[in-house]
Amino acid sequence: VTAPRVSVLDPAGPQAAAIAWLWDLFLWISVFVFVIVVASFAVATIRAVRRRRRDGDGDPLAENPAGDRRAIRGVVAAGAITVAILFGLLIASISSGNALASLEDDADALHVRVTGRQWWWQIEYEHDDPGHSATTANELHVPVGRTVHLELTSADVIHSFWVPSIHGKKDLIPGRLNRTWIRIDQPGEYRGQCAEFCGLEHARMAITVHADPPAVFDAWLAHQREPAAAPANAEAVRGQQVFNGSPCVLCHAIAGTTAGGRLGPDLTHAASRKTLAAGALGNTAGNLASWILDPQGIKPGSHMPATTLAPSDLHALLTYLEGLR
Amino acid sequence: MTAETVRETERDTERETEREIDLADATADLTRAWTRPAGLSGWLGDVDHKAIGRRYIATAFGFFVLGGVLALIMRLQLARPNSDLVGPDLYDQIFTTHGSTMMFLFAVPVMQGFGLYLVPLMLGTRNVAFPRLNAYGYWVYLIGAVFLWVGLVTNTGPDAGWFAYVPLAGPEYGTGKRMDVWAQMITFTELSALAVAINLIVTILKHRAPGMALHRMPMFVWATLVTSVMVVFAMPAVMLSSGMLASDRLISTHFFNAAEGGDPLLWQHLFWYFAHPEVYIIFIPALGFVSSIVVAFARTQLFGYTAQVLSMSSTAFIGFGVWVHHMFATGLPQLGQSFFTAASLLIAIPTGIQMFLWIATLWRGRIHLATAMLFVLAFFATFMIGGLTGVMIAAVPLDLQVHDTFFIVAHLHYVLIGGAVFPLLGAVYYWFPKLTGRMLDERAGTLSCALVFAGFNLTFFPMHQLGLDGMPRRVFTYDAATGWGPLNLTATIGAFMLGVGVVITLVNVVVARRRGAIAGDDPWRADGLEWTTASPPPPYNFHELPTVRDRYPAWTSPPDQPVVHGVRADRPELLVTTVVDAEPDHRTELASTTVAPLSAALGTGVTFIGSIFTPWAVPVGAALVVVALVMWFWPRPPHREELVEAGR
Repeated sequence: VTAPRVSVLDPAGPQAAAIAWLWDLFLWISVFVFVIVVASFAVATIRAVRRRRRDGDGDPLAENPAGDRRAIRGVVAAGAITVAILFGLLIASISSGNALASLEDDADALHVRVTGRQWWWQIEYEHDDPGHSATTANELHVPVGRTVHLELTSADVIHSFWVPSIHGKKDLIPGRLNRTWIRIDQPGEYRGQCAEFCGLEHARMAITVHADPPAVFDAWLAHQREPAAAPANAEAVRGQQVFNGSPCVLCHAIAGTTAGGRLGPDLTHAASRKTLAAGALGNTAGNLASWILDPQGIKPGSHMPATTLAPSDLHALLTYLEGLR
Repeated sequence: MTAETVRETERDTERETEREIDLADATADLTRAWTRPAGLSGWLGDVDHKAIGRRYIATAFGFFVLGGVLALIMRLQLARPNSDLVGPDLYDQIFTTHGSTMMFLFAVPVMQGFGLYLVPLMLGTRNVAFPRLNAYGYWVYLIGAVFLWVGLVTNTGPDAGWFAYVPLAGPEYGTGKRMDVWAQMITFTELSALAVAINLIVTILKHRAPGMALHRMPMFVWATLVTSVMVVFAMPAVMLSSGMLASDRLISTHFFNAAEGGDPLLWQHLFWYFAHPEVYIIFIPALGFVSSIVVAFARTQLFGYTAQVLSMSSTAFIGFGVWVHHMFATGLPQLGQSFFTAASLLIAIPTGIQMFLWIATLWRGRIHLATAMLFVLAFFATFMIGGLTGVMIAAVPLDLQVHDTFFIVAHLHYVLIGGAVFPLLGAVYYWFPKLTGRMLDERAGTLSCALVFAGFNLTFFPMHQLGLDGMPRRVFTYDAATGWGPLNLTATIGAFMLGVGVVITLVNVVVARRRGAIAGDDPWRADGLEWTTASPPPPYNFHELPTVRDRYPAWTSPPDQPVVHGVRADRPELLVTTVVDAEPDHRTELASTTVAPLSAALGTGVTFIGSIFTPWAVPVGAALVVVALVMWFWPRPPHREELVEAGR
């Protein structure tokens, strides 16, 4: 398994590619300017140090009109070149900005709503029939090659959506609906994490974007729109009773059951996700058990309270949750 | 300014005074008139600009060390992935206090402290225009600064970042008293900064030596003037916003509460309208240091004086039109963003011009490579990098990628350490002999400069790459799988090297104060008026108030240069000159030493700190301030000639 891609300089879609191109332009012009200016300082300094060593102190008020005229010409020329370079960079910046907005009018776009929460991402694929909308967390699945229209908002404080290989960031602000458009042209996994400081667990608020071929994506989404799988065996049935009889049900929803909490991640297909707690842990039974028993030990400050369960209850609950594929 | 007008002034003032002042016998009178009373109350009530300036500088460097210790703790925590040296709760307090300390308690006050100490000496006068306001400003700053750190050590340190974005910093998510401490600390330090700024503006415009017309002012005085005007325009925005934040938190207003029709983005606009100019408020005095040091150590006139002044002024002006480049990711309209991109690129022009002018100055100079000059050379190289990354993040598309990442951490430290702290350390080596009368050790200085320069670049250069690799700012840890470990470890090693470099200079200062070589009046054979008096200067600064006829008075100083007569030696009197040409206008007597400013500052402290806990602190504190102000403005007993004039 290769690690998810995460770099501004490793673009996987048109926007990140446009920005990477602009980065190269700015970088090389900056290197050029830096070398010229620092070399000028170095030459001027070495000349002046040598002159002092050779001739000693001169009269600091000595006039040199010819030298001044040359210096004025030099400064004016350097100033003019500076203005020209900056103007060129301004044009390049604005035209790249326009390129970033070019996906805006794509009528065929897939619409996804992303809501930032302390400290995880709620991801909703809406449907004309609300009963078929799909809600997941911390994993954004998109089809390769299709424009995706993201509607971004926050349920609490300001967060920022940023997946470097795909696009620059956009803030999620309470009371506002921000929009951004992305397209990924290469299948794969892309990592990002919240980029606006949002409190204690800002460092552990990761999101993974999975770009799959359209057929794979369509199958995934169709499955996510389904209600939760019924408990497969007696242990799982007991697990569901544990779930419904414990504080879990106050915050978590499982579609197709009576669990309808809205504060925590939707667990309808929780077992299909790769990670727990916004990328803090791999989604294994052992990690899930630790997370349920001691979330504060894993993500101090997390809004998930510790739940005390008898070992047999915990085992049943895990069996049930592991079945939510 | 001609000798003619000076003699005229002399005749005028002679008519007013009852006795002729014999300058040879004036020393005793001057010393009596300008020396503070002995004892504790004299110390607490000191209104001398040199004492207050020194206190600002020393206090600010104290907080620089404390802020640096916090930086090292953060670097240790981030040196390896998943470190558990400090948890998120403490880390958030540490990075917030680090940023707030460095910006509000170190950078602005230390620049203003140098301004307060040096400007009257450079202008050839004996104190600032409002000495008691000066003392008040210092005490208010000290109370606010100590308050922030008492907060941190009592686990009440602010934890929502030095930028305090709402709603995280608001009443709903920033529970407890932590962000109240921050909001009130802001109010303290901004009040202090405003007091200093007004003082310096009036001093510069009205107390210059006769003949020092605006076009002959030293470049550091220009930098201080420009900076002080920026303070006057920038600080009200943050005092307003911190006041709104405090009232949201304490008396349940809803300025920033989206649910009640408020707007979290309003905070960001108000904050950055202040905080971007804040960068220039820190950086422009450093430009003044650079010009002063270049002139003194390249031993030549500054090339393009007028262009330098215009560059600094236009930087200050444009600096107020770029704040939105901190908010490109918030979803503002594209057209507006383009405007702020253009403005942010525009600001590179005056800065570029200044660099070219310095190259031209060095080109014709004869450079003496003292430590001060080495720090300025280090400034040129590092600040170029910070300036060029600044051009990058003016472009919206690039900013959307690197905003709020370690790339920005690198950029801002290149600008603030490379652009401001390097010249500041150069200024320490340059003016220390004037402040103390003793020389800093040059070999230790060279070593310090080399370590600071190498350590700084080792710390911050790799952070550019970390940002591009996807590492956001303000994270207390990261996972090993991210691959960010090695560069972070490099940065941590660099940070300790940088720390050692700074400690060498601090030790140098402590040792040299006692045992440094005696400096004499003018160890660098430099150009400014401050070098024409003793080191350290006497309480009255100049035995005879100088006049000037060009930009480099200490270099020209012809033997027939007139001095000002007729300002009384037996009372703390200043000469007031006209704004543009510095023609002598009249004399003014300054207020004497008193603890009233300290009392007023304590009353202000009771008001702001107490208001966090109870609204009653406001009327009680206001009453205390009124009592102190009555003491402050109580008329002095009339002089004998005033009684005579009144016919009594």
